[in-house]
Amino acid sequence: MIPALESTLAVLVVTILLAIPLGRYMARVYAGEECFATRWLGPFERAVYRLCGVQVEDQMDWKRYSVAFIVFSVVGTVFLYVLLLVQKGLPLNPEHFPSLSAALSFNTATSFVTNTNWQAYAGESTMSYLSQMLGLVVQMFLSPAEGIVIVVVMIRGLVGVRTKALGNFWVDMTRTVLYILLPLSIVFALVLMAQGVPQTLGPYVQAHLIAPFLHAKKEIVHQTIALGPVASQEAIKQLGNNGGGFFNMNSAHPFENPTAFTDFLGMVTMLLIPVALVTMFGDMVKDHRQTVLILGVMVVLFLPFALASEHFDLMGNPVFHHLSVTQARTAANAGGGNMVGVEDRFGAGNSALWGSLATSTSTGAANSAYDSFMPASGLVNLFFMQLGETVFGGAGTGLATALAFVIFAVFLGGLMIGRTQEYLGKKIESFEIKMASLSILVMPLLVLIGTAVAVAYASGRVGAFNPGPHGFSEILYGFTSASNNNGSAFGGLSADTGFYNTALGLCFLIGRYWSYLPLLAMAGSLAGKQRVPASPGTLAAHGPLFGGLVIGVILLVGALNFFPALGLGPIVEQLTHASIALAK
Amino acid sequence: MTAFRDLKAAMMVFLVFAVLTGLVYPLAMTGIGQALFPHQANGSLVRRHGTVVGSSLIGQYFRGRGVFWSRPSATSPVPYDAAASSASNMGPNNPALWRHVARRVQALRKANPHAHGQVPVDLVTSSASGLDPDISIAAADYQLARVAHNTGIPKARLKALVARYTSRPTFAFMGPPVVNVLRLNLAVEALRAHHRAHP
Repeated sequence: MIPALESTLAVLVVTILLAIPLGRYMARVYAGEECFATRWLGPFERAVYRLCGVQVEDQMDWKRYSVAFIVFSVVGTVFLYVLLLVQKGLPLNPEHFPSLSAALSFNTATSFVTNTNWQAYAGESTMSYLSQMLGLVVQMFLSPAEGIVIVVVMIRGLVGVRTKALGNFWVDMTRTVLYILLPLSIVFALVLMAQGVPQTLGPYVQAHLIAPFLHAKKEIVHQTIALGPVASQEAIKQLGNNGGGFFNMNSAHPFENPTAFTDFLGMVTMLLIPVALVTMFGDMVKDHRQTVLILGVMVVLFLPFALASEHFDLMGNPVFHHLSVTQARTAANAGGGNMVGVEDRFGAGNSALWGSLATSTSTGAANSAYDSFMPASGLVNLFFMQLGETVFGGAGTGLATALAFVIFAVFLGGLMIGRTQEYLGKKIESFEIKMASLSILVMPLLVLIGTAVAVAYASGRVGAFNPGPHGFSEILYGFTSASNNNGSAFGGLSADTGFYNTALGLCFLIGRYWSYLPLLAMAGSLAGKQRVPASPGTLAAHGPLFGGLVIGVILLVGALNFFPALGLGPIVEQLTHASIALAK
Repeated sequence: MTAFRDLKAAMMVFLVFAVLTGLVYPLAMTGIGQALFPHQANGSLVRRHGTVVGSSLIGQYFRGRGVFWSRPSATSPVPYDAAASSASNMGPNNPALWRHVARRVQALRKANPHAHGQVPVDLVTSSASGLDPDISIAAADYQLARVAHNTGIPKARLKALVARYTSRPTFAFMGPPVVNVLRLNLAVEALRAHHRAHP
């Protein structure tokens, strides 16, 4: 019996079945076609344009599109930063939380605007309801929308012929939020509420314990239960690959993820938009072999590592066998395995699967404590992020990076054949390769230099919580997560310090803008090219052979860059673990 | 000219969507939630004689002789602090984790002298949220003899109660069956009071 195989396959199958119609719908939305949604929301869409002085026909070239993207991010960052700085004096703060420090406000603002959702704070003891709603939720809609429109522009670049027109940033953003993210969130939030996720503006509740207990010589008779407008945030947190939980423990908290059913839906919704974008891509370029190629590459890279992660966590902690603890993998034992930092209602297998999905999709949500995963399972989390968030990837940014890798593979294929190659009829020349390299290579630099600096200085080293190589893994995980705009963490790292707030904040920004602006430039260059008809010398950019080449490129970049660092952390840890178990 | 137009658009589009997604959407969902699912939207609170005694979704710290114990919790300052969810974040190779587990095994053995076999893993490990409302069926079974002994409720009755508060996921692969500790202990308490009144 392979661990959690049914869950893993069920999530993939259900997601793909939902993604096919969603992708087709999204292709129509970005083409500006009439459909049932435009009949309902069209008047509202046009009202937004009137109010904001936007003209639908006003086409932008890649430079203007990029500037709009950056200016919009700056406006969002400044707004969120100021909102958090003055939280104390604003309404909807029933627990009277003080304002955030400048460093934490900067870190949080850049984190949410870049779709990272790294949280150096604990939600239920830091954020007012207004900050959660008007601050964080707004960016949970806008930052994935920005990611999605980037990939839409890349696709337009591939489709367009000798043109500069790549669409209008404001129109694309409006359509993404209005026609895609908002309706999906409303439906998902309703399901979540029915399952038990709270949605209230009332203050935290005092419960009177039926069995008071003594703690530190004090009798504890009450339990304060944190509440809030959770469901509305939870829905877009998953759908937009955000991952910024309402509560400190994110999707492990019973109010964010109350049942095994919401856990399953949480996994499907993390995966839905990244997969739908791949099917949308096939629709937009009118070549469904591309959907099969990219989805195939993603699934082939995902399955073995996810199953390995589940396997190692379900094997349990070998030390516990000597402490007369049973980790038997039975239903009566809540699934068994390594239950440290795992909720009973999910079990270790589904927790490892969630971890794989959250790190491969750039969501970064957590239904368990990743820091307490078995070293090999934590390694899989790290590895998925280090592949550059390509395996599924974040909303938009995932497919964008995947396309950069595909173009890289086309280039390599061209070198082998000895002829400049085309992808979808567009010649891949030195400018495209330069931009793809810029986009792909900045992330490893950020991760490795950031980790090296943190380990070299005391202010970085004190952040590690666990002793030995695991402490190093915590720091490596932090920089990997930040630079890939993932947002998950090995929670032991004390990240709310001046050093980490600033260093990781810079990683969010560089990881986001340095990775995706070159791709917009590439889209501009591709759009300006003539379409070359296929000839016998054309590399077939589809099928298993080419898919293997793409996988090779992704693995080489991921594995070669990070193997030494992984060796110092989780790999040495897993090996020592085995030796401890043998010595006992 | 386009630069100025785009700057204005940036401000205005942000403003429109801040109001729409940051105020209208969450407030509308709050209204709908309060109307359609008032119980869930307000935290699935459990009341006894009119007073709130907890939430069926949020675990509590139970360590008495006549109750089923909940899992260890890593929240601070007190365990099961539902305003400060937290995990222990201890790595699997952390000697402190091994010491904690060994100590918990010892405490459980001492408290449950009639229990046989190894201790179920969830009873000696802290959950991710520190608020896990459930224990495994094995964890409930492990404590059955002690609770029966200290409450005077026959084991068979307790076993039936455990089965009643066990929830099974919709599809088997979606997760393991689990026992809700607060609701189980409330039922034990009620049965005990009933036994006292009608011995």
